[in-house]
Amino acid sequence: MVEKTVIVNLRSGLLARPAALFVQEANRFSSDIFVEKDGKSVNAKSIMGIMSLAIAHGQEVIIKADGSDAEQAVARLGEMITKEE
Amino acid sequence: MSKTRSVTVEELVRGLGLTVFTPDADMSRTINTVDINRPGLALAGYLRYHAAERVQLLGRTELSFFRGMDPREQALRVFAFCSYEQTPCIIVSRGDMPPETLLKEAMARGLAVLGSNQVTTRAAAIISNFLEERLAPETLVHGVLVDVYGIGILITGSSGIGKSETALELVKRGHRLVADDAVVIRQVSDESLVGSPPPLLQYLLEIRGVGVLNAMTLFGAGAVRTHKKVAMVIHLEAWREDVAYDRLGIDEETIRILDLDLPSLTIPVRPGRNLAVIIEVAAMNHRLKRIGFNAAQAFSDQLAQAIEEQDD
Repeated sequence: MVEKTVIVNLRSGLLARPAALFVQEANRFSSDIFVEKDGKSVNAKSIMGIMSLAIAHGQEVIIKADGSDAEQAVARLGEMITKEE
Repeated sequence: MSKTRSVTVEELVRGLGLTVFTPDADMSRTINTVDINRPGLALAGYLRYHAAERVQLLGRTELSFFRGMDPREQALRVFAFCSYEQTPCIIVSRGDMPPETLLKEAMARGLAVLGSNQVTTRAAAIISNFLEERLAPETLVHGVLVDVYGIGILITGSSGIGKSETALELVKRGHRLVADDAVVIRQVSDESLVGSPPPLLQYLLEIRGVGVLNAMTLFGAGAVRTHKKVAMVIHLEAWREDVAYDRLGIDEETIRILDLDLPSLTIPVRPGRNLAVIIEVAAMNHRLKRIGFNAAQAFSDQLAQAIEEQDD
């Protein structure tokens, strides 16, 4: 299990479109990936799950992955939401 | 994923609109139990087994008993009663004023004294409902919750296996959607789990290639539910040649969610299998079993009897 805590830097948070991109990216990995916010953990491959967290700018989330490409998944997804746009 | 939860006195005050008689009290004390205590005996001086960790509710009986005591005795009783640090707060019902002696002692201890306008039994019911809602163990499950013939079925399975498509087909067939993709499951009592959608996702359904749909506006109010007791779990998985799937259905498998074991079925998915129909039938079969008729068991018994007869 690879785990990384990141701060969301996307200026307007994870809105519908960025969330869809995020989920699309997550689906490229074969690992099981989860995003956790305030103790609530959802499947990163599920758009509804990600949107239900309503992740805003500046909030802290934990990305967890378990599987053969877990390292890359956590690094890539972490990068996606920490970059400013 | 579940965690023990607590409610602060401040949240209770805000949630129920209670009056605060002690503005300087410690409002961050936490309430960790849904039980409420009516401390009649504690005020009479009997403190063995006094449930100090509960919300203390004073009704007309307690107050009139307390006011009947002389001031020295009152001071003595409240001194003991307010001394417990685990007591979250004291609530006076019926819009009554708390007695002066109690208020003074509570203030000295930083213990909150609150007021409710309801009669005592009603106040107790409202407070425990509120606490039950906030304190029930909760978990978020990746899956789809549907109500099929009145049976709450949680459909689980890996991403892209077809949970939402199955739910859509079930809704088209007249069943109801509760939550798609993320289901908040709360343990409301020892033997029941209730599932609901996260607030943002109510009535929504996501279908690959179509996008996010609103089941209520598309199919009408009869196609959705806000919450439903979860009765069974159906796990969808890609058909694998090397796995032996249940052919008889005599043994009941279970899966644990929070503190409850729910009956579960694993259904292999393969192109051409109509999952909605299979789930409908699984729901009906589940009802039949609860009513007391188990087709697989009945068949097995008949078979045993036929074999036995040949032996004679």
